[in-house]
Amino acid sequence: MDRAPPSLRAAAGDTASGRESAHMTAPADLEVSIRKRLGAFALDAQFATRARGLTALFGPSGSGKSTIVAAIAGLLRPDSGCIVAGGDTLFDAERRVDVPAERRRVGYVFQDARLFPHLKVRDNLAYGLKRAPAGDRAIGFDAVVDLLGIGHLLDRRPLRLSGGEKQRVAIGRALLAQPRLLLMDEPLASLDAARRLEILPYVERLRDGLGLRIVYVSHAVEEVLRLASTIVVVDGGRVVAQGTPADLSQRRDLQAFFGRFEAGSVLEGRVVGHDDRHRLTRVAVRGLGLLLPRFDLPVGTGVRVRIRARDVILAIAPPVGLSVQNALEAVVTEIANEPGPYAEVKVDAEGAVLLARVTRDSVERLDLAPGRRVHALVKSVAIDGDSVTAAPIDLD
Amino acid sequence: MRRHRRAHASTRGELALLTEAELQALWLSLAVSLRAVLFALPLGIACAWVLARRRFPGKTLFDGLVHLPLVVPPVVVGYLLLILFGIRGVLGKPLYDWFGIKLVFTSAGASLAIAVTTFPLMVRAIRLSIEAIDTGLEDAARTLGAGPFDRFFTITLPLMVPGILAGGVLAFSAGLGEFGAVITFVSNIPGVTQTLPLAIYTATQTPGGEAAAARLASLSIALALGGLVLSELLARRARAMLAG
Repeated sequence: MDRAPPSLRAAAGDTASGRESAHMTAPADLEVSIRKRLGAFALDAQFATRARGLTALFGPSGSGKSTIVAAIAGLLRPDSGCIVAGGDTLFDAERRVDVPAERRRVGYVFQDARLFPHLKVRDNLAYGLKRAPAGDRAIGFDAVVDLLGIGHLLDRRPLRLSGGEKQRVAIGRALLAQPRLLLMDEPLASLDAARRLEILPYVERLRDGLGLRIVYVSHAVEEVLRLASTIVVVDGGRVVAQGTPADLSQRRDLQAFFGRFEAGSVLEGRVVGHDDRHRLTRVAVRGLGLLLPRFDLPVGTGVRVRIRARDVILAIAPPVGLSVQNALEAVVTEIANEPGPYAEVKVDAEGAVLLARVTRDSVERLDLAPGRRVHALVKSVAIDGDSVTAAPIDLD
Repeated sequence: MRRHRRAHASTRGELALLTEAELQALWLSLAVSLRAVLFALPLGIACAWVLARRRFPGKTLFDGLVHLPLVVPPVVVGYLLLILFGIRGVLGKPLYDWFGIKLVFTSAGASLAIAVTTFPLMVRAIRLSIEAIDTGLEDAARTLGAGPFDRFFTITLPLMVPGILAGGVLAFSAGLGEFGAVITFVSNIPGVTQTLPLAIYTATQTPGGEAAAARLASLSIALALGGLVLSELLARRARAMLAG
């Protein structure tokens, strides 16, 4: 997070064949449309992602997320449908196309690392690299070792590594096979909270530094909201929604997935300045300025800020004499009653949508209704380091 | 280093207690059994892999066939070998006519008899070690670009090493003691096919051979025990190596 990701893409264009370099520079879409019956479970999933970056397959355990990535990798054969990645058909039941997993060039990071126990870390890392086409080794060994901070582990054997170290080596091993697409199947699920925080920045570096297309499976809301450019919500073997974190996390029909208590909004903006004296960072979100506790991202970096509904306060008059730093003028767009004494109020501040959790009593007292002008107050201290992440953002 | 030298010296001391013929039986046993194991190993690995990893119609039958020598009386195994590999046997005749290979009444035939009777033991040990390998590792190798043979030789086979060592040593030790199949197929020719157990048998049938029988029997027990211990040590060593 604190240093710029090293540039890993060497000048590969000259050496790589035309076709290879084409999908390096302009990766095409990933299209998945598959059906698979596994005992009582039926998978029937369709989605397509256009965005470069990280697509999260998100949903409860047993929803079929892992089945989808196994099918993309070629480790599981769908009953019907097709899978197209980077313009190449990997699987098409009708046309009888089924590229073997070993020729798909789809990287896979498993939940349980699956390092080869008889090989040293160095040889684990080199395993895929040696088998990648010689003309297409744009991701270099040293760069990956550096990126993942595993230089001191190279001569060790996998079984003696910690969970976090294993997972970093597994990520490196998959990267060095020069994949056109990297699948990560709950890569953090087997780690404790501290190890998870250790790995997350590395995943962000992959996403931002390598420009790699990543499909990331997780059932953890925080991970998905922090990492994803696109979220595909999977439930009961079906895709139930697809969109950006900002859109999906506000949808009331998806609250079962994103969690009631963690309901909130995700704002995307750009760092515009740091106030070192007060240890604050100013972030511009569309027309608005937000003051947040200082974080170490350079000015100009795109960021994603997650604001929980319970950390937003609404006022009908401009606040005076409050310690709150962020008071945004906004218009109420929607009010939804919640079980218990709460209501969730959606407000629009210059196009940025915020969700506020207030009591129903307050709704009546303040006479809140769609169209009403309010001031949305966000406590800076409510936004801790974990709520702000660097994100590849295209702001107009 | 020092340990080696000491072991060597003690072997020599022991050898002095044996007669020329007994010594011959000992070396013959070791050589015949070793050759049996080395030749059986590739096939044993293949069978173990097929049994552990493949599903096909008739697998139960195949499994039974591999394990048959374990339950069929060794004399019967020897008899069947005689029929198959005798000079006029179904396989023995072409082998002799085309390649000049004669198995019956030869030490090579003794190795074949031992290979057949110890085969199930070998396959069992190797199969267990394959079943202990996480197939997820092979899946991981696939996603890294390794085809079926590549995966087998770079992932599966190295991870099978503990099982191969254990199975090999076990088959070797058991082979040293094989009696029925050997004597039936290749007879009891001193210096050619008279292995340790056959020499013991001969000694017990010879007036005044009790001392020789006792010496050879003790030697036999020591070898068997040594084999078991070695097998266990090798397996442990290999496991430790994998664990780093």
